[in-house]
Amino acid sequence: MSARDLDDRPLQFMGDLSQLPGHGHSHRSLTWWGMMGLICVEGTALALAAAAYLYLSSHERQWPPAQLLPSAGWGTAFTVIVLLSFVPNMVLNKRAEQEKLGPVRLWMVIMTLIGVVLVAIRYFEFRSMHVAWSDSAYGSIAITLLGLHTVHLVTDLYDSVVLTVLMFTRHGDTGRRYVDVAENAIYWNFVIYVWLPVYVLLYLAPRWL
Amino acid sequence: MSARNPSLDGEWLDEAATHERLRRTWRDAPGLWGALTTLDHKRIGLRYIVTAFGFFALAGIAAFVMRLQLAHAENELVGPDLYNQLFTMHGSTMMFLFAVPIMQAAGIYLVPLMVGTRSLAFPRLLSFSYWIYLSGGLLLWVAFFLNIGPDAGWFAYVPLSGPQYAPGKRVDIWAQMITYTELSSIAVAVSTIATILKQRAPGMALNRVPLFVWAILVMSFMVLFAMPSVMITSTFLLMDRLVGTHFYNPAEGGDALLWQHLFWFFGHPEVYIIFIPALGMVSSIVATFARRPVFAYPLMVLSLLATGLFAFGLWVHHMFATGLPRLGNSFYTAASMVISIPTGIQIFGWIATLWLGRPRFTTPLLFVGGFIVVFVIGGLTGVMLASVPLDLQLHDTYFVVAHFHYVLIGGAVFPLLGAVYYWFPKLTGRLLDERLGKVNFWLLFIGFNVTFLPMHYLGLAGMPRRVYTYSAGLGWDGLNLLETGGAVLIALSMLLLAINIVRSLRSGAAAGANPWDADTLEWATPSPPPSFNFAHIPLVTGSHPLWESERLRVMRGLQLDKRELVLTSVLDAQPDLREPLVPPTIWPLLAALAVGGMFLASIFTPWAVIVGAVPIAITLTAWFWPKGKAEEEAEQ
Amino acid sequence: MHSALQALGVHAQHIDLVWRTMLWICGLMYLLVIAFLIDAIRRRRDSQSVAPRVELQSDSPQVRRMSIVLGGWIGLMTLGLFALALTSFLTDRALVHAAAEPQVSLKITAHQWWWQIEYTDPDPSRHVRTANEIHLPVGAQVHAELASDDVIHSFWVPNLHGKRDLIPGRPAEFRLQPLQPGRYRGQCAEFCGLQHAHMALEIVVESQQDYAAWYEQQLATPPAVSEARAARGQQVFFTSACNLCHAIAGTDAAANYGPDLSHVASRRMLAAGTLPNDSEHLRRWLENPQRVKPGNRMPVVSLGPDDLDALVAYLGTLR
Repeated sequence: MSARDLDDRPLQFMGDLSQLPGHGHSHRSLTWWGMMGLICVEGTALALAAAAYLYLSSHERQWPPAQLLPSAGWGTAFTVIVLLSFVPNMVLNKRAEQEKLGPVRLWMVIMTLIGVVLVAIRYFEFRSMHVAWSDSAYGSIAITLLGLHTVHLVTDLYDSVVLTVLMFTRHGDTGRRYVDVAENAIYWNFVIYVWLPVYVLLYLAPRWL
Repeated sequence: MSARNPSLDGEWLDEAATHERLRRTWRDAPGLWGALTTLDHKRIGLRYIVTAFGFFALAGIAAFVMRLQLAHAENELVGPDLYNQLFTMHGSTMMFLFAVPIMQAAGIYLVPLMVGTRSLAFPRLLSFSYWIYLSGGLLLWVAFFLNIGPDAGWFAYVPLSGPQYAPGKRVDIWAQMITYTELSSIAVAVSTIATILKQRAPGMALNRVPLFVWAILVMSFMVLFAMPSVMITSTFLLMDRLVGTHFYNPAEGGDALLWQHLFWFFGHPEVYIIFIPALGMVSSIVATFARRPVFAYPLMVLSLLATGLFAFGLWVHHMFATGLPRLGNSFYTAASMVISIPTGIQIFGWIATLWLGRPRFTTPLLFVGGFIVVFVIGGLTGVMLASVPLDLQLHDTYFVVAHFHYVLIGGAVFPLLGAVYYWFPKLTGRLLDERLGKVNFWLLFIGFNVTFLPMHYLGLAGMPRRVYTYSAGLGWDGLNLLETGGAVLIALSMLLLAINIVRSLRSGAAAGANPWDADTLEWATPSPPPSFNFAHIPLVTGSHPLWESERLRVMRGLQLDKRELVLTSVLDAQPDLREPLVPPTIWPLLAALAVGGMFLASIFTPWAVIVGAVPIAITLTAWFWPKGKAEEEAEQ
Repeated sequence: MHSALQALGVHAQHIDLVWRTMLWICGLMYLLVIAFLIDAIRRRRDSQSVAPRVELQSDSPQVRRMSIVLGGWIGLMTLGLFALALTSFLTDRALVHAAAEPQVSLKITAHQWWWQIEYTDPDPSRHVRTANEIHLPVGAQVHAELASDDVIHSFWVPNLHGKRDLIPGRPAEFRLQPLQPGRYRGQCAEFCGLQHAHMALEIVVESQQDYAAWYEQQLATPPAVSEARAARGQQVFFTSACNLCHAIAGTDAAANYGPDLSHVASRRMLAAGTLPNDSEHLRRWLENPQRVKPGNRMPVVSLGPDDLDALVAYLGTLR
């Protein structure tokens, strides 16, 4: 066919895109890339805060100064639960990729409840830090490090609540929604992974060094 | 499907009907509502460009006033307080509100066209980020005109910028403006990366991607890793100032140098974020006007990647005078010198392209010539500054002012102006006047050198930076006066550019789709392109699609009655999915208002962060809540 | 004198070697780039019409030759940078080893916007305190401890050495060795607030005898005031709150908030290099320091003209 573009360049039709599917999972979807971008940004911010923590600690002979060691109870409980949550999260991820409505609804509710529990534990963790951010540089960076991770935790929880609600509406059983659920699960994994170095820095390193 | 004419079995619609249907599907609402809800990357990109040039003008005027003050020793035109605000506003505006946004804007407008797609990825995020950028910049300048503009420099070293020595709201406004506007930068970077990796036209494998797109890709990755640093840095400062933390307070275990490390970890990549897209512009212009592809394409790509990577390993060279351990300093000397090698390769590459080609000396190519002559001087003074002993003399003097203006104006503004002359026809459908363009160039070239070349000498002769005046009798007077004269020439050249633009918009010669006979895909669309960019997604079979064949090879099959584009695989750009796009929406604007409101209020009370989270949550939820059956129907 | 281009100290001379090496090598590289660019422009002079495109051949002999030249260019850049890096590293080492056996020991504390100078001596009774002006014997190896009281400043006397930042909470060690007599101006080189532009200092390098004489004079307590106007001026000093900030040896004024004025009349400049130290300028300064140096820490104290003259006379006796 000798079609011409409206600007008079002759066109040559080479193929047909109309049979391509309308959504795909993981790195085939734009959502995944957006999520990865967010993870890069937030990961960098947290890494820099951790670097600041280490930098400031190198100035002090005793860190935390004046025996302000945080109690490790709540922090360790958080760590254990968040690590265990990896399992239901991966189940959710799998079911979302399989696009099974029933199991996805179930596991979204479970993950949301886990998130609520973790936020509650986090509240007690703050209290077991024994220091205010205005007390010293240690207080400032330690509370901020914990606070940064908490922001990730809380925003992911909110996100999960919205998604869970959506899964129970008429918008739930669509391809795009399953992609959103799977990507949200990836973000939760990020929340888990990025907690581990923070846990080591705040609770373990001061005890070992 | 709806692409076919139902009354002619199996036949596709003709071109005129296709365009008509696409126009209807992709149009914005009329008037103000359309402007507020549009998700068209070209409309938003143009907004970015105009806004960025507006800030450029404001920052330029600030610099002009500074030059007037410095024309004579012990001048009393501007007192120390206003002068300190002026140079802070000049630097902050140029770096945060002009240079990075304009480069990102070039990507916003051109990348989807160059890779053969219909939209930038995450268009609502793009709209949101523009409103953040605009309001953040306005916040800063309104503060300045209310005489509460920041005055601690664009780099705001503590303790000078801390709660004890910078009382009041000035630095608070600055710190919050930074965190806020860098949100916008990061958002655009995420969109751009997703576009370049997933939305390229079928067949545009990575080794066929234009150098400009590579440059924007590298820059966008750099933004992801550099901007969070300045956000963290300025947030720590804000916390020290507003809620009594001690990140930077040495009396309580903090460290003034922590600020410098965190700031320059961002600050050094920042200048390469500005510079690298300009290199992409140069490649586009050189190829078109040398009438041949750029020499050594793989090496040019590797150079871009290497520069972007190394840029993160240099930041301590801003801190050589602070007394850090020598061994560490030596590493940064070596790194700061090594980074000039990939750039040197690129300079060779462009000159070689001209040498091997048949250069046509239009205004864009003139600006490229100016770029080479000016930027290389800046690059070489950068090598000088990389030496620790020499830096100890040159640091914080006018030598450094000369250096960074040579690399920023030479390395970013000259290519940018060349890009304006080059792509103006595509954006507006009209050509800029060539003769005016050449006068524009020469005025700028001469004015720039008259202003900034003597500064090398002044720095060596002892003149420090950031001084609102200087003593008579030190031998600095005559050169300062000369530099102010040069500034007048620069201002005139900018005026000439503005005149050229206005005249061309009114009555410039009409440009067709491809007035320069260039090789990349953006020149296959009408000038200016329709809202849907391409009626049919191109199929790319080589690196220079418009030079390889008279015909434009395209794919058909995307729906005409729904907004749709195609996603392809990352490496080889094999067609993979059809991606539906949401229609125009007001929620990004509302979300930006919510975020902006929270940031503004948080300057005055920390509780704003908690309270402000509520409207943000509401607007973001509304933004993402699926609307109607549009998406479901797209899933066929 | 105030210039890095005239290196009159040991350290500045080492640095000058780097500067000159850089100038030659970088200059050469620049000329090569420009020559290549000019050659490229000269080769094809085309008309304004749309020129035909060069064929998309990647393997012509010209292209291959260009690749070889590129290889040479990369080699040249690497060689040049290596030479420059080596020069830099060797000079860095030389700077550290220079002036390693100090004969004069200083403690310099930077304030917004003046320099507090103290000569430390193992014998505390030979401790000198002054402001904004340093005297040194020619050829002496000098050790200085640098500190800041408030914000970051930078100590820079370009004829003698590069600069060093003075960062609160991070005291620094600095070395100097002046080689020729003369007056060398320095200026704060780190933006430190409103009067960063007026924070200069002077290093006077003189013969050993002249230095010793100056040092003894600085040690001596200023004589009791005899002349009537000066005596009145001393009274003005104590009743106008001057003694709340400034110290004068041999009197009750012992505050260290502002510069020590015990020997203010022996200094060549006032207000950290802002004004020459003569009675006319001193009078102008005392009358309204905020007019001369807006934002500085010295408040305006309104004095009648007679009191002002008396104060100027008094301060003039403090040699």
